[in-house]
Amino acid sequence: MNLTLNVWRQKGPEDAGRMVKYKVKDVSPDMSFLEMLDVLNERLILDGDDPIAFDHDCREGICGMCGMVINGVAHGEQVATTTCQLHMRHFEDGATITIEPWRAAPFPVVKDLVVDRSAFDRIIQAGGFISVPAGSAPDAHSVPVRKDDADAAFDAATCIGCGACVAACPNGSASLFTAAKITHLSLLPQGQPERLSRAKAMVEQMDAEGFGGCTNTGECTAVCPKGIPLDTIAKMNADFLKAN
Amino acid sequence: MIDYTEGSAIRDTKAPEGPIEERWDTRKFKARLVNPANKRKLNVIVVGTGLAGGSAAATLGELGYNVKSFCYQDSPRRAHSIAAQGGINAAKNYRGDGDSIYRLFYDTVKGGDFRARESNVYRLAQVSVNIIDQAVAQGVPFAREYGGLLDTRSFGGAQVSRTFYARGQTGQQLLLGAYQALERQIAAGTVEMFTRHEMLELIMFDGRARGIIVRDMVTGEIERHLADAVVLATGGYGNVFFLSTNAKGCNTTAIWRAHEKGAYFANPCYTQIHPTCIPVSGEYQSKLTLMSESLRNDGRVWVPLAKGDTRAPGDIPEEERDYYLERIYPSFGNLVPRDIASRAAKNVCDEGRGVGPGGLGVYLDFADAIKRLGRDAVEKKYGNLFEMYERITGENPYDVPMRIYPAVHYTMGGLWVDYDLQSSIPGLFVIGEANFSDHGANRLGASALMQGLADGYFVLPTTLGDYLADGPFGEVDDQVVAEAEIAVRKKIDRLLSVNGERTPDSFHRELGKIMWDYCGMERTDESLRKALELIPSLREEFWRNVKVSGTAEELNQVLEKAGRVADFFDLAELMCLDALVRTESCGGHFRAESQDADGEALRDDENFAYVAAWERTPDGPVLHKEALEYDYVKMSQRSYK
Amino acid sequence: MTATIERGSATAPVTPATPPPTPVRKPGKKPTSFLGSSNGKKVVMAVTGAIMVSFLVLHMLGNLKIFAGRESFNEYAHWLRTLLEPFVPYRTVLTLLEIGLVAAVVLHMWAAISLARRAHKARPVKYVAKKSQATGYATHIMRWGGVTIVIFLVWHLLDLTFGVVNPKGFDSLPADRMIAGFDPTRWWVTLFYVVAVVMVGLHLRHGLWSMFQTLGWAAKRYQVLKPAAALLSAVLVVGFLAPPLAIMIGIVK
Repeated sequence: MNLTLNVWRQKGPEDAGRMVKYKVKDVSPDMSFLEMLDVLNERLILDGDDPIAFDHDCREGICGMCGMVINGVAHGEQVATTTCQLHMRHFEDGATITIEPWRAAPFPVVKDLVVDRSAFDRIIQAGGFISVPAGSAPDAHSVPVRKDDADAAFDAATCIGCGACVAACPNGSASLFTAAKITHLSLLPQGQPERLSRAKAMVEQMDAEGFGGCTNTGECTAVCPKGIPLDTIAKMNADFLKAN
Repeated sequence: MIDYTEGSAIRDTKAPEGPIEERWDTRKFKARLVNPANKRKLNVIVVGTGLAGGSAAATLGELGYNVKSFCYQDSPRRAHSIAAQGGINAAKNYRGDGDSIYRLFYDTVKGGDFRARESNVYRLAQVSVNIIDQAVAQGVPFAREYGGLLDTRSFGGAQVSRTFYARGQTGQQLLLGAYQALERQIAAGTVEMFTRHEMLELIMFDGRARGIIVRDMVTGEIERHLADAVVLATGGYGNVFFLSTNAKGCNTTAIWRAHEKGAYFANPCYTQIHPTCIPVSGEYQSKLTLMSESLRNDGRVWVPLAKGDTRAPGDIPEEERDYYLERIYPSFGNLVPRDIASRAAKNVCDEGRGVGPGGLGVYLDFADAIKRLGRDAVEKKYGNLFEMYERITGENPYDVPMRIYPAVHYTMGGLWVDYDLQSSIPGLFVIGEANFSDHGANRLGASALMQGLADGYFVLPTTLGDYLADGPFGEVDDQVVAEAEIAVRKKIDRLLSVNGERTPDSFHRELGKIMWDYCGMERTDESLRKALELIPSLREEFWRNVKVSGTAEELNQVLEKAGRVADFFDLAELMCLDALVRTESCGGHFRAESQDADGEALRDDENFAYVAAWERTPDGPVLHKEALEYDYVKMSQRSYK
Repeated sequence: MTATIERGSATAPVTPATPPPTPVRKPGKKPTSFLGSSNGKKVVMAVTGAIMVSFLVLHMLGNLKIFAGRESFNEYAHWLRTLLEPFVPYRTVLTLLEIGLVAAVVLHMWAAISLARRAHKARPVKYVAKKSQATGYATHIMRWGGVTIVIFLVWHLLDLTFGVVNPKGFDSLPADRMIAGFDPTRWWVTLFYVVAVVMVGLHLRHGLWSMFQTLGWAAKRYQVLKPAAALLSAVLVVGFLAPPLAIMIGIVK
């Protein structure tokens, strides 16, 4: 396949940034999207150019490191798929593909398609945990957990922290990410003691980082590679309200 | 580098004497304690934030030490432990099916093909039960039954159901538990986190590990960090093969730097090759994806009987198919251990009967399972995996058999450590996949998560305390730190100054191919000698012809890659040498010269029941042997026929 | 495989509308009050929205009295003004209700504007290409819908409450104003009214459900509340459209 790529290039945080066009020929449909960029980068290096910087690590859709907005959709249009798992067979020969970084003030661009998502870590620091020092835990069977609750907690816990929700949200809100963690922990008996303080602290941190508010557009859940449902946000709101 | 010398044997691993059941308790009791006021004055560096590093940093922070934690990713939550699918073993015996600490110990020693230490493995089995308690208390959403209690399943190499799991994402959930504990300590101020930082040198002073030099991967700044002890939790080195199931960033640089500073490297040749991965689809392939081993419970593995049969799988009639695992291993069939399944796949492909692009693949067929159980039942069990397969290959495994091929998955070798997880350098501790302990020559499924968390949550915090009881260790000579920093800068400058005509990745690919072809699933004296000729010449070309674009003072992914590849060359050489010296077959290490009449791996306990701990000296590698003794589990030849 | 690469020219540098803030390394300032937080503002929107919806329901029921005849409608209007008399003076309750409503409108708008500004700040550089993936167009027109509704509200008050732009003027009976206001000759007023009411319906369809989300009620009854929000919005639209359309086609005279 032959493709035209329209890629965001930005040397560093201070640089203004611009879209640059590249024509890539002989792309195999079996390549992953990132492999296609690898091939482009190999060429750029040999030409003495700066290759396109992008984050990636596990390349199997679980580490949450990769992420770019492809043709206006976070992680591309393939549903429930991270960028690293997206394959070129889903694109038409001759297509033009626009590639941009996650765009949000709390996710400043580091270089090209690499953004700084440390705001997510700080939201977790605010309360996204259960305080249990190593060695102090009671026997695992001392507290049974309803299977439904355990399963629902798991569904929320599958969040990979990639930031696609923020990238897709018209408000640049981190509500889905924050709600996923709050929901995961608040559904479990172990999470009850810190439940309300957790919700309050995490939501406040989310605001302090400069994320927008949620207007329930559902853009986040539509692009979420793990399909975290929107009702997690309602759960977060309920806990937040109770905490206030 | 075929020349090496044999050094003094390692006699003491610091494991306490006495009955095996009491050794860990003895060690814990004898380990000196540090009083809380002094803990604040003691600094510990932890490199890596996977299950081992993340849990260690969090726990040390909880104990009150001053911890600095480093990772190359943008967040500690991304370490590759996250990709572990299957589960975590623990001797809870919640099923009442006869499991016990002793049985887990026994299975692990046997599964490791009698090349692991009994004392270490026993401790691992003991601690395994605490891990589950800890994880559940942290909110890890393990699978549960309708009664609200934890569900378990059975896994390869065991006859009891002792594997706890969280759907196919056990590693993710356990890592997030450790990550959250770590973030809690960061918020509490006991741990300082450095993301996007790569360790490039170990600082030694007065015979102790006292700090590290790191590169800030965003600004390119070279930073020095000093401490009273350094903990490496930097994972395995499977990426020496270029294609593996490891994350793209996994590398050997941290442990290799330590090795260059004197830490022994143990059993580098022990590599686990996982039988069920999605095959390579083209030369642009950047990594391999594992499909859970559980697929072999219902899938049947086969290849065409005839060589070079290019018909579609559906057009090949039953009598022209070779269900080779069922044929060769009638009693275990498709469920033989990983190393055996991998090698069998390689053999049929070598015969020219492989399927798919390049003939490097075998079928894993669910047609019978679908016929027997119905499509819905198969979907319920394996739906996620089938989707993942389709996403990557574009083929629907309900209609067409999957194609699978073995891929490098885990490295049992690593830095040598004693019972306290301390390397041969005082003050340098190594945990998780980065060390060599516990798994012997082959790791059982669901044991990696167990070991990483055992080391991080429970073992290291005790043994490190004993070491730190002698601290603080005083100021480090500035000159020494400056020298370490200069060494790092020089290496970076050297990489940037070559300005040749090949990218770091192209060298890495070629090195990986050498390793796969000559030091992969089947190794021979000839192939290893060949590799030992090819690697130095490729390394020589690398330093003459590599092209690294950009500068050192910016985010430069090419420079990062080049530095890692440079270290892989040296490691690859040591792996081949180790494989060459170990002329027996054991676990994941198969020497074609050492097999029985049926082509099965043949151990040579008389000559090789030892840990090969390699020291790097200016005069070449020195082999230190640590004899392995089995007082509890009787050594026997594995048989799965 | 070798990919050949051709490089095209770059677009002009993109400078963000508002210069990006220097990356926040350390946690920023936490909101000091409930109302200062984005979730607090959402709660304000939800509560004020709920007040306005309750008003709309009563308003709609009142409007429907026109089908019972002019007298019934006028009596209802009169009753509203004389509520609780003689304990309190004429129009006390209504005035209080009106003050409450105005406060709700103002707070609703304040929260909306402040959230919109926050959202704007959260994305200083816009996407070159952006494609919506969520279903439901209503979610994307909330802010414009809100503005449209405000403009309509002004007209609506001038027309039917104060009679400034009504053919019957201020000193007339409510029913007369209503029937004259939607006289077929003033078809454009009715059209404007229809458009506005449909806008209100769309705004509510998302707004109501959004309220359930914000107040956390949707956490468990997600499957029920979303259609319930749509149903209530539809009922309001039909209820509000019935009188003017009936007047237009002459059913109510």
